[in-house]
Amino acid sequence: MEKNKVLSISDINVYYGPIHAVKGISFDVYDGEIVSLIGANGAGKSTTLDTVSGLIRSKTGSIEFMGENISSVAPHKIVAKGLVHVPEGRRIFLQLTVEENLEMGAFLRDKKDVEPGKERAFRLFPRLEERRKQIAGTLSGGEQQMLAISRALMSDPKLMMMDEPSMGLAPIIVEQVFEIIEKLRDDGHTILLVEQNAKMALSISDRAYVLETGNITLSGTAKELLESDSVRKAYLGG
Amino acid sequence: MSVLNNLIGGLSLGSVYAIIALGYTMVYGIAKMLNFAHGDVIMIGGYMCFCAMQYLGLPPVVGILIAMVVCTVLGVLIESLAYRPLRGAPSLAVLITAIGVSYYLQNAALLIWSSNPKSFTSVVALEPIQLAAGRLTVTGEAIVTIIAAVVIMTALTIFTSRTKMGKAMRAVSEDRGAAQLMGININRTISMTFAIGAALAAIAGVLYCSAYPTLSPTTGSLPGIKAFTAAVFGGIGSIPGAMLGGILLGIIEIFSNAYISTQLSDAIVFAVLIIVLLIKPTGLLGKKIREKV
Repeated sequence: MEKNKVLSISDINVYYGPIHAVKGISFDVYDGEIVSLIGANGAGKSTTLDTVSGLIRSKTGSIEFMGENISSVAPHKIVAKGLVHVPEGRRIFLQLTVEENLEMGAFLRDKKDVEPGKERAFRLFPRLEERRKQIAGTLSGGEQQMLAISRALMSDPKLMMMDEPSMGLAPIIVEQVFEIIEKLRDDGHTILLVEQNAKMALSISDRAYVLETGNITLSGTAKELLESDSVRKAYLGG
Repeated sequence: MSVLNNLIGGLSLGSVYAIIALGYTMVYGIAKMLNFAHGDVIMIGGYMCFCAMQYLGLPPVVGILIAMVVCTVLGVLIESLAYRPLRGAPSLAVLITAIGVSYYLQNAALLIWSSNPKSFTSVVALEPIQLAAGRLTVTGEAIVTIIAAVVIMTALTIFTSRTKMGKAMRAVSEDRGAAQLMGININRTISMTFAIGAALAAIAGVLYCSAYPTLSPTTGSLPGIKAFTAAVFGGIGSIPGAMLGGILLGIIEIFSNAYISTQLSDAIVFAVLIIVLLIKPTGLLGKKIREKV
């Protein structure tokens, strides 16, 4: 069965002043898969996600989401199209309550869809329901990551981009987070994952791309990459 | 009784400062800039109400409404023409632009209304209330001003904590990038903040001119600066902080005037500000980043 292309990046070049951070990369994400971008710090992974969600702009190429070029669409309008970005470092609103954070995630949705969205988040993460009135800054790191994922889900996205969901979390929490990501894929969400924790990312991904200093140097199914010598040496600790 | 009289005077002046400071603090909290032209919007509000009442013979309530509408439009225009193109520019560039806008408004007022002060007719028709056998006088302006400040603060608190737009403003205030990723339109949210700030400035302008009835193109400068001080004093970005800062500033000013020295009252006000900031740099009710517990 031919799967639909959800996201298609072709030849994007991104600069931070004089620094050429992303050098003409191209890749695709198909409906219902988890695709990982793995690579070292500074390889251009986060920059790529920031470019897709419109926070920074590519000098060249195109970003097609559901067949539409979104490379010059404003960030808030990209969210409206069904592409949501869980940014690096979670960036939940620390001074808002858990519930208000979820409401912000549903900013573009009809009022009637907000409550069912919250209920879904609370089913996924019962801890958040216990803390719904609590200021988000008082949550633990793992809870904050769960809130960040739930907040993104509130927009009912077709594609979720997650930037380093394992960052700063204890190993046991990391496992939980990755289980949730798999569960989201099984529920029909398409996920573009950026991770430094290559082993974890590859273990749940369908396909992956390896980024090195702004270039894609390897790509394939997660299984192929897990078995590749160069990936093992560079990212999986031998 | 003179203590009580002064206290009421201080509360009344402080309430005007509070209303102006609320505008400063909202704009600072959300747009992360000091809008130094805020004081001059007060002056424009005063003139608009003055013109509506004096030249068009309209009732005071209509005058206030006209002032609010004109100032709201002006606030949104200033933001979109002068500040929006500088989004992402260094804060110094924005600050200098704001000072430029301030001079622009003052000079535009000078051209239109000349430097001759106008005598403002109070919009408050209430007679002063005499209490304690005439030893305690409460003016109608004082009553209206204090009530207006309390109502405005309450309304703003409810707006920012209960409404979708208000919550979005708090989200933008905390993390603009993350707010964009939620689908919040940053430009619209900031516009809305300027609209609210400018409407408050119009109300403050009318109330200030009702209490101190000379209106000139520089009328807004000093209350503007003092209200900015009040906002910093209370903790810039905080709504109750602006209210508290404004009221305290008004009371300190009136009491210094009455008991210490008229010439030194402004110096005393600013000395208190410096002392507070030395002890508590975020202001009295300033937000600290909450730590994980």
